Amino acid sequence: MSKSESTSKDSEARSNPGVDLVRSEASSELLRELVAHLRQNRTQLREEWVVRISETRLLTAMTKEEIFAEATSIYDSYVEALETEAFEALQAYARNLSERIIPRGVETHEVVGIVLLLRDVLARSLFEKYQTDFKKLNRILDAYEPAANRIANTVAVGFVQERERVIRQQQEAIRELSTPVLQVRERLLILPIIGVIDPQRARQLTEQLLRGIRTNRAKVVVIDITGVAAMDLTVANNLVQTVEASRLLGATVIVTGLSPEIAQTLVTIGVDLGKMNTVGDLQGGIEQAERLLGYKVEKLAEPR
Amino acid sequence: MEVPILKQGAVLIATFQAALSDADLNNLRMGLVQQVVKFRSRAVIVDVTAMDVMDSFASRTLREIALMIRLRGAETVIVGIQPEVAFAMVQLGLTLEGVATALDLEEGLAYLSEKFKTTN
Repeated sequence: MSKSESTSKDSEARSNPGVDLVRSEASSELLRELVAHLRQNRTQLREEWVVRISETRLLTAMTKEEIFAEATSIYDSYVEALETEAFEALQAYARNLSERIIPRGVETHEVVGIVLLLRDVLARSLFEKYQTDFKKLNRILDAYEPAANRIANTVAVGFVQERERVIRQQQEAIRELSTPVLQVRERLLILPIIGVIDPQRARQLTEQLLRGIRTNRAKVVVIDITGVAAMDLTVANNLVQTVEASRLLGATVIVTGLSPEIAQTLVTIGVDLGKMNTVGDLQGGIEQAERLLGYKVEKLAEPR
Repeated sequence: MEVPILKQGAVLIATFQAALSDADLNNLRMGLVQQVVKFRSRAVIVDVTAMDVMDSFASRTLREIALMIRLRGAETVIVGIQPEVAFAMVQLGLTLEGVATALDLEEGLAYLSEKFKTTN
């Protein structure tokens, strides 16, 4: 993309006499005409575009008014990018747009879809305008198509980049959430695990837990995995290893909060959970741990 | 280096001092299995606190000791496995299945006295 950009700019910038210059002058002349046409029919074309967007069920996460407002600003930026060929502004706009709509749950295909729709809507209007002059139509399209494609490209790349940035940021945030080993009662630890477990984190978890067992002289540990969305074979084996290693230190492990999905996965991949003590939820796990430790929790009065 | 075997009431206590050779481990195994019946002990505690590495031979010997002691009518508790050792053992698949474990000697003794109480 940058290559074609620079060559087209070069041919304009350097006063290189020849066909190139003539053609580029002609094409920028055509682009000017094109832009004037798009400006003139702005209301009608934008309307048509919005209708097409809702027809194809894109941007379903946004309301009609939001789509219209967004469409207006995209349309104007689009025309401006066609006119000035200044893609930096468009890039910045695409980033800004992505920042706003990614949290709304807008998908990549939707963004690419609406930009391509706009390209098609505008192309149709060009067909209509120049249908009597086929040669002129051809030349107009010659000028329009590369620019339009580059715009679509820029917006899509901007969106994907923004999305990737968000994903990276979230991954870092998850990684930074260290998992605390907490003492709830004497000799009873809980280890709430939240988020994605990868082998590195699993190892860190196990080490932290084993150290915690030793320093707190724990006899029972409740590992709560309510906050773990999914579990694969490696992670499940890590969990089994953690349970076994804790047992070597003389601590009993109770695993709580296995979701139906995880239970299904574990049964399907055939992890040996026979050695594991599992209880439905964290409360049940703590109650069972208290029984193991010989605690009895009694209610003394009704809560006020 | 020989491992001393101490008698404490109905319990025999063997404390590993440092990394032991295979021959030492074999001697310990025979010594424990013989003495457990000789002293009419009800349980054996093997304290491995001083071991910062546990190879597969040592781990297998511990398991064998536990099984042989059971056949001789007593119980075994392994105590004092270090966190790093525990992690390494588990990764090698050495989980000492069917053998009781406790955090340290104190815990092991507490576990056994609790057990003696219920079985009496």
